[in-house]
Amino acid sequence: MSKFKYLIDGIIKNNPIFVLVLGMCPTLATTTSAVNGMGMGLATTAVLLCSNMVISMLAPVIPSKVRIPCYIVVIAAFVTVVQFVMQAFTPGLYETLGIFIPLIVVNCVVLGRAEAFASKHSVLESGLDGIGIGIGFTLALTCIGLVREVLGNLSVFDNKFSSADGMLVFVLAPGAFIVLGYLMVLFNKLKDRKKRA
Amino acid sequence: MEYLIIIISAVFVNNVVLSQFLGICPFFGVSKKISTAIGMSLALVLVMGLATLVTYLIQNYVLVNTWFGEKIDITFMQTIVFILVIAALVQMVEIILKKINPTLYQALGIFLPLITTNCAVLGAALIVVTKQFSFGGEPHMMNLGESVVYAMSLAVGFGVAIILFAGMREQLALSNVPKAFRGTPIALITAGLLALAFMGFQGIV
Amino acid sequence: MVVVLMLVCLGASAAVAVVYAVTKDPIAAANLAKTNKAIEEVVPSFDNNPSEEILYVAADASKPSETNKVYVAKKDGGIVGYAVESTTTKGFGGAFTIMVGFEPDGKVYNTSVISHAETPGLGAKITDKQSSFITQWQGKNLTDGSVNLNVKKDGGDFDAITASTITSRAFCDAMEIAANVFNNINPENN
Repeated sequence: MSKFKYLIDGIIKNNPIFVLVLGMCPTLATTTSAVNGMGMGLATTAVLLCSNMVISMLAPVIPSKVRIPCYIVVIAAFVTVVQFVMQAFTPGLYETLGIFIPLIVVNCVVLGRAEAFASKHSVLESGLDGIGIGIGFTLALTCIGLVREVLGNLSVFDNKFSSADGMLVFVLAPGAFIVLGYLMVLFNKLKDRKKRA
Repeated sequence: MEYLIIIISAVFVNNVVLSQFLGICPFFGVSKKISTAIGMSLALVLVMGLATLVTYLIQNYVLVNTWFGEKIDITFMQTIVFILVIAALVQMVEIILKKINPTLYQALGIFLPLITTNCAVLGAALIVVTKQFSFGGEPHMMNLGESVVYAMSLAVGFGVAIILFAGMREQLALSNVPKAFRGTPIALITAGLLALAFMGFQGIV
Repeated sequence: MVVVLMLVCLGASAAVAVVYAVTKDPIAAANLAKTNKAIEEVVPSFDNNPSEEILYVAADASKPSETNKVYVAKKDGGIVGYAVESTTTKGFGGAFTIMVGFEPDGKVYNTSVISHAETPGLGAKITDKQSSFITQWQGKNLTDGSVNLNVKKDGGDFDAITASTITSRAFCDAMEIAANVFNNINPENN
């Protein structure tokens, strides 16, 4: 049961976007639609899971002075692997996400979890933490993508529910900042209410 | 003339933070005061110029080259090689700066380690070796000079955005913001409005 | 310390190299499938493999080194259409590339966007295959001088996408390049 906690923590208490405010670049850039956000989230989850597990295995043998370069190399290797797999099997999504796939390397969520969690916990715990944080990240990205898509393009998961034009600004760059800002306000409000109750 | 187009396009039209979403973390992290924002921007111009210079050379003379009479193309190692080179480069800049110019090191030093995880550095390095640019003429891969100018202009664009943004946040700190908006949310919304303003530059180049 | 770092680097490189070798063919297949799909959309049905019958034709006869790819579609040995790849640099978000399908007499069969960086929701409407902007090109003969290859705002025959005049102009530019390429296809090559 206690192990299960690591999984849940990543989704709500340590939500990487709404609480830790990490990994903002892909969050803002790839959430033009719910499907794109979800794709980015799942790609990051795959990298998080693999790198967390491998790093927790390697941590005891890596001298602390070179640990950061080692972590980066491990993460970069998994990112490249994910990149090839997506290029081969989901070429459309790969093209939409573009440069943000290789940039998962510098996503602070991944390196942050490696340093703060995986290096101090067992392989199983690190794996669960990777999945939890990954799901939290994916949910947040899908959520932002959905709001932007509904407002900006009048569609849900790429299915248009009205042929009219939406409020374009939400699909463009400024909309990303504004939607994320208001969603955070909502998250803060809900958390505050829960605390008071 | 072409360099002028590159500079305007990278600084204003395709602003690295506000329209390409690279380097968002430091954009929010070190924009509370104008003075730190200036320090970060200067350090970034230096590192992005150097990093792109080195990664460009590595891409064109190491990853894709003729070794021992055999043509090889190991572009698939790009991500790993680039991030390692950037990490090492940042360390080197830090050490050299400490030795030859301690005053500048005092001013920029604390920002340097943060730059390794600034995705604008890796982003720029990857963009210049993978994307074709036209800048008014035929689309082509950028040459060394264009690449470095482009990367440094992106960093200047980061500077313009973060210094404007820091100015706004200094004002915001004095105003009465509703409780749920305090901190990151209001900063995000402000950045959104700034991005809206920068959209006015689109279509110029 | 150094040894550990080197071992980690070696291990990582080996892993990446293995995955590269495994996914190399599926990636090539995926890219080929994308080109084939674009060709299928823009020319009448064919039974050969146009990706193996490519002509390289210059749009501007005075610059023979700058060629465009032309995929030849055949059915029962006879040519049913040409799919011309055409890139314009005049888009709002930089260059974009389209595939234009011509019937052998020079009529446009259909068009398809291969890659673009236009604004989502505005210029990006060029990717909407059912939009009136895309369908207005079908059946027009661009090569015999019967139509003016410009948007109506510039005195031409084609409607522009609302609020995306620059993209529409660029699209016309790409169509003009494609038409020039079509005119320069040397019959002897076939």
